[in-house]
Parts: sequence; C-alpha cells; structure tokens
Amino acid sequence: MWVYVKHLEHPISVSRPDPAFAKVLITQYGGPDGEFSASWRYLSQRYTMPTRQTKAICTDIGTEELAHLEMVATMVHMLTRDAGPKQMEAAGWGGHYVQHGPALYLQDAAGVPWTAAFFQSTGDPVADLTEDMAAEQKARATYERLICLATDPGIRDALRFLREREVVHFQRFGEGLMSVQEYLNNKHHAWPGYDLPKTRPGS
Amino acid sequence: MNQTRNQLLREIQRWQFRIVELTLFLDTHPNDQRALADYNQSSQRLRTLVDEYEKRYGPLSNWGLAPSGSPWAWACGPWPWETGI
Repeated sequence: MWVYVKHLEHPISVSRPDPAFAKVLITQYGGPDGEFSASWRYLSQRYTMPTRQTKAICTDIGTEELAHLEMVATMVHMLTRDAGPKQMEAAGWGGHYVQHGPALYLQDAAGVPWTAAFFQSTGDPVADLTEDMAAEQKARATYERLICLATDPGIRDALRFLREREVVHFQRFGEGLMSVQEYLNNKHHAWPGYDLPKTRPGS
Repeated sequence: MNQTRNQLLREIQRWQFRIVELTLFLDTHPNDQRALADYNQSSQRLRTLVDEYEKRYGPLSNWGLAPSGSPWAWACGPWPWETGI
C-alpha cells in the first residue's frame, strides 16, 4: 500500500498568477511524457520485472513520479487559483475554465485528454526498460522547453529540480537494464520470465 | 509559529529527499557501503525530525504512523498545494 506524506518533494513558490504558463505546464501533469504517464508506466510494468533491482527501481521511481505529479499539480494550481475568468480567457484557457473551472484535469498543452495509449506495458523487461529510458529523456526535453518559457524564479527552480530527476532516473533504469541482461545471459533463462524447462517440452 | 513550523518542515523535506535519492541509488548498488552508511544515518536524522514535528503539529503521514491529539489533527491544514511546502 502507499503512505502519503504531507509535504512536497521539493518546495514551490509562485509569485503571481500566470494561467498562460499553467496551460503549457499542464502537459507534465496529463500529457504523453508527463508525470501521470511516468508513474503508471513504471507501476504497471513492475509486476513483470524479473530481477530484484528492477522490481525495486520500478516501484521506487514510480512512487517518486507520484511526488512529481503532485509538484506539477501544485504549480498549476498556484498559477491559476487567483486568476479570474477573464484572465483565464485572455491566456487562451477559456475552454478549460468553462469545462473545469480552476480544477486540475489530465490533459496535454493542447487540451488532449490523457489516455492509456501514452505508454506500453509489454511484459518484456528489455522492451519496457528501454521505453522507460526513452520516457525519461522525453520528459527531460519537455522540462528544458518549459524552463525556456518560464519567467517566475520559483517555477524555474522547481522545473530545474524535476529535470535533474529525469537524468537520475535514466541512469537508474540503465543500471536496471544491465541486471536484466545479466539475468537473460544466464543459461537458465531463455527469455524474460520463462524458464527453459517449462517452455521447451521434453527438455 | 508558522515560521518555526515551516522551517522544521523544510528541514524534513531536505532529509526526505536525501533518502529518496539514496534509495534509488541503493536499489542498483546494494553493496555500496558508503551509501548504506549514509542511508542509515540520514534515516535516523529524518526520524528524529519527523518525531519532533509530529509531537508539535500532529501526524505528517496518514494510516496511523503517528498518534493524534484532539481534535483529529490529520485533517487540519495546511496541505502541500496550499503552502508550496
């Protein structure tokens, strides 16, 4: 089960409402390379990970991504909570205001709702871990674009923190992949999760 | 009061992040003695700080990891998305 801790992973300060930035930032909430996709990608894939290292890394990075989801949500909330309807409309977010008011909604920067098609869960640890490594790089690239657009120093600090975490996660997934390759090189394992004697009749 | 409370919470946040980072590192480096020692020391420090916070302000985590005064302290604010901490 999960335990909730009543503080953010890293502090956030927002100096003024900025719904226009919230509108692009929300892609890291519900977009393809956002934190919701990240957390549930790893937390869905962990059940078919074959090694001690990869079961732990998918659980722990998946859990850390939930804390990142909370940081992104907090930023969007703080950027919009004091913005009035007209300010939302002027920022190009009138549609969001009409449909969701000041609420959080899983969507990308263009308003496309989150979908499970944003990630895979193949049951093959090599396929899943290489997807995870790519996902971390895509999220890093997105954070870099967001940092280029951000002007609020508090927001920039939080985005830099999140960008750095993507780099660390990429490294840890790479090490996890090495543990899987070592596992597969063992003669007892024909392919992930299946032992030779069980899958080759007569052997 | 809020200054002290927030300062303590920020201190907890810093140690908690240290633990997050060490946890991921140890997942793939289970025999790294320096990281293990750092983890154990940091874990002890975090526990001391959280105990101090919870004694003053009530549970920092849900599901019974700390006792509550009256009234029920868990449901009282502030929440992270309200303060940014």
